[in-house]
Amino acid sequence: MPTKSTAKPTKTKSHANLSFHGWRRENGRVGVRNHVLILPLDDLSNSVCEAIANNIKGTMAIPHAYGRLQFGADLDLHFRTLIGTGSNPNVAAVVVVGIEDQWTKIVVDGIAKTGKPVIGFGIEGHGDIATIAKASYKAKDFVQWASELKREECGIADLWVSTKCGESDTTTGLASCPTVGNMYDKLIPQKIYGVFGETSEITGAEHLCKARAINAEIAEKWYKMWKAYQDDVIEAHKTNDLSDSQPTKGNIAGGLTSIEEKAMGNLEKIGRTCKFIDALEPAEAPAKGPGLYYMDTSSAAAECVTLMAAGGYVVHTFPTGQGNVIGNPIVPVIKISGNPKTLRTMAEHIDVDVTGILRRDQTLDTAGDALIDMVIRTSNGRLTAAEALGHREFSMTKLYRSA
Amino acid sequence: MLKNMPHFLVHSPKDNVGVVVVEDLRAGTKMQGVITETDASTEATANHDIPVGHKVALKDLKKGDTVIKYGEDVGVIKADAKRGDHVHTQNMKTKRW
Repeated sequence: MPTKSTAKPTKTKSHANLSFHGWRRENGRVGVRNHVLILPLDDLSNSVCEAIANNIKGTMAIPHAYGRLQFGADLDLHFRTLIGTGSNPNVAAVVVVGIEDQWTKIVVDGIAKTGKPVIGFGIEGHGDIATIAKASYKAKDFVQWASELKREECGIADLWVSTKCGESDTTTGLASCPTVGNMYDKLIPQKIYGVFGETSEITGAEHLCKARAINAEIAEKWYKMWKAYQDDVIEAHKTNDLSDSQPTKGNIAGGLTSIEEKAMGNLEKIGRTCKFIDALEPAEAPAKGPGLYYMDTSSAAAECVTLMAAGGYVVHTFPTGQGNVIGNPIVPVIKISGNPKTLRTMAEHIDVDVTGILRRDQTLDTAGDALIDMVIRTSNGRLTAAEALGHREFSMTKLYRSA
Repeated sequence: MLKNMPHFLVHSPKDNVGVVVVEDLRAGTKMQGVITETDASTEATANHDIPVGHKVALKDLKKGDTVIKYGEDVGVIKADAKRGDHVHTQNMKTKRW
């Protein structure tokens, strides 16, 4: 069952001494999961990867749809996403499989920079069966090695926490998104890394978002990113006012009428006091130290969480109104909802129940503390609803058609 | 603060719509509301059955009026809505795209 808020009012509570137990990796980053990934370079290699993961228990294959004949910025993003996913500190070791050796090596070399064990196999010249056999021996070595790695106590500043909401409705703007905002207002000063995104979904609140940049230079960098999406994607491809897609049918069923209304609720996730210190490309790792970042992402849940995970974030906070069921293969996705109907009809998907905010028997402050408590428990190993239910949505962002 | 749980919440005192936060709200219900920014109480009578999460007009709104929520412009009224009416895609839309 979702956890009801039991946190006490925290006017005097300090968030400075929070800690959790995670795995400190070779490069110093800390993970909260210990996955051994079987990572396909391309769609053709999914079958081999799934066979390896079936052979070697405790490993996980993450099949996806792309990786052939991509070029330019789209190929760069493909590599950045795969390398970032393998490099994420929630991953202990990686077996990469591709149809051929050269692009496979690019991914292996990228992940190897973290210092973690990684090896690649190309299928051409060997066939599926021999590749599965060779790679399975390595995967077995990796998983037995990883199973002996120990968690250690880490300060809250070692935690990288991302956010994105989904199947939003008016209750996300009232309750679950400001709960995440309250968490960031409390934890960003404790030197965690945060990130928000959803470029199309800032529309209507762009003046407010721009004003939350740390300085004029970052504000302009962000605005260019937002404007490029408006001009290059929406204006180029729209068939109407996007009312069939943004807001989504689920958003509309939940009472959201316009993109502006949705954007206002969305932006509640960054709280009242945080400023974002950089605007990242999709899947780009933050490089300006602790603080809140913006990442240029789709507003589609799985694509966005996949990009943020590839950027290095290890826990995701996901407000939902109507009940988005998303998970991620390597990052625990914590669901927060304030919608009483969603809690009544699909409570098994929700980790933090903030319906009390709508009833006015729970304050935003106690809701924020309840979420922080769940972030810590999740970091210590509690499986999220999405993990327990087997959600492993791994969705690559594609910028344009392949050659 | 209200003794009982509110029927609707309003983000800002500037807003001309509120959000129904209870299920099965029926037309004719005398609704209690709270403006979350100020914690002030307010009231309205629902003219329609309004689903949980959907908006209710807090003023008589005319075609062309701007809908204010969070104290901000969130769209335009496309068909007149009286105080207490359900406000959604049938009488409101985006100004964008």
